Amino acid sequence: MARIALTGTRIRERRTILRIRQADLARSVGISPAYLNLIEHNRRRIGAPLLAQLAEALGTSAVALAEGAEAILFDGLRMAAAAGDPGGAPAELDRIEEFASLFPGWAGLLVNRQERVASLERMVETYADRLSHDPFLLDALHELLSGVTALRSTATILAETEDIEPEWQGRFLRTIGEEGERLSATAAALARHLDALVAAETGLSAPLDQVEAWLAACDWHLPEPDAPGARQIEARIEAAPQLAGTAARDLARRYARQAEADARALPLGDFLSAIARFGPEPARLAAEFGAPLGAVFRRLATLPPEAAAELPGGRITAGLVICDGSGTLTLRRPVPGFAPPRFGAACPLWPLYEALGRPMQPVQALIEVAGRMPRRFRAFAFCAPLPPASFDAPLLVESMMLVLPATGDDAARPVGTACRICPRANCPGRNEPALLPQPEPARGLAV
Amino acid sequence: MTTDRRILLVEDEPHIAEAIRFILTRAGWLVAVEPDGAAVLGRIRTLRPRVVVLDVMLPGRSGLDILTDLRTDPAFSTLPVLMLTARGHGRDREAAEQAGATAFLAKPFANADVLAAVERIAGADQAG
Repeated sequence: MARIALTGTRIRERRTILRIRQADLARSVGISPAYLNLIEHNRRRIGAPLLAQLAEALGTSAVALAEGAEAILFDGLRMAAAAGDPGGAPAELDRIEEFASLFPGWAGLLVNRQERVASLERMVETYADRLSHDPFLLDALHELLSGVTALRSTATILAETEDIEPEWQGRFLRTIGEEGERLSATAAALARHLDALVAAETGLSAPLDQVEAWLAACDWHLPEPDAPGARQIEARIEAAPQLAGTAARDLARRYARQAEADARALPLGDFLSAIARFGPEPARLAAEFGAPLGAVFRRLATLPPEAAAELPGGRITAGLVICDGSGTLTLRRPVPGFAPPRFGAACPLWPLYEALGRPMQPVQALIEVAGRMPRRFRAFAFCAPLPPASFDAPLLVESMMLVLPATGDDAARPVGTACRICPRANCPGRNEPALLPQPEPARGLAV
Repeated sequence: MTTDRRILLVEDEPHIAEAIRFILTRAGWLVAVEPDGAAVLGRIRTLRPRVVVLDVMLPGRSGLDILTDLRTDPAFSTLPVLMLTARGHGRDREAAEQAGATAFLAKPFANADVLAAVERIAGADQAG
């Protein structure tokens, strides 16, 4: 795998490009050149205030210096540590950065193995769950046992009752014929069901994971409806290596249909110029186009990367999560600093869930996502009922949360990603203990 | 009461019911068949059978629920009940025993086993 650019390394690279001497940079932020040298070689943690100073001196943002690919790697390593054998020697969490820096290949491999183990574990759980709860299997078993019982009883009567009346004999012979046919049909249906199970489970991950992997490979953007390539979307779905199962392809098709409807409601050129005028303000944009907030959320989070980069207000990198009424995440569009959990429940403090609790009322909050280098986002959440399939259908709702990177020192709601990897102590929303010892909080190191 | 050979067979699968009825009738039992779980308690009260053969999986009402209700009525607390279930092991057998089944047979069973079980629990009640 590629070498990982760490914060210190980035500082050094940036400084070299700008031809600033180490000693000059150190002096401008009030630390010793020796200390800066340690930072540049990733041997010292760097606190948020000092990072901000360095970013300013280097004419860049703290975020750009702080976390890139390694944030995901660190999270992955923490997950691997959390999943480790509780009886074994604990992983040296305080030295993750050093480990990833010295052995990027091994670190990447460990993260990949951990993800693979997690997806295999889930597959085993799925199978176990299916065997004990699959209504079809239970019905089929009942049918088979009933059929065999009837056949066995009837056949025994015919074989062992010497003085059986012709009328009864005829009836029991018909029973054997009918039960034989019923058993054949049940057996055939069972075989088809098992075949479908095998076909559906050849992919190693859940359909949603596959669709998200496919979207990530497309930079989270499908061709605009009238662009060349839009007509080939079905062929692309069929050919996508990430979409291994029928369920994943169906989910991808549903996603593509939604994306097309959104793109028609919010034509790209008009939408971009509206963003240029109003900024990425979901409510303004929805009002401007008379479009549902959900469409605006989805469109903002899946703009073509080249267009998103060229907006006058600067590049828009919007994250998006969608959940159903049970809180289960049904779409996770990550952005740097905001990586929704791949397994299990997300942070209960997310505005996403606040909106779920009061449908139709927009929720807006400045959030700070826990991490080595906490990131701030403006979060917009909205929950609305889905169009009913019929008038007597149950009410289904969908909650969505759009996150846009934010800066500033305003009070922000502290949130996390998922309790088991969240370092926040004394959190009112915690639903399970953190599996990891709490990492040392980032401290300012300016002297 | 020794000559009382009335038996209620609660089974919704018609072919199984027919086969069991045939062998029990040949063995001298007066067999009534009831396919509907919800109607069973009423049938037992009017018919006053000597023995009940009760399937676990019934439309309308589970055989286990029927048996539990039956046992709370003092008039039927010792009524011999042979439970038929689709699974021979584990939870179903335990649940049948807890609900108060006198005997238990897993499908697919042998005709001879049904007859033997019915005769045995009919006699057991008589002795007790």
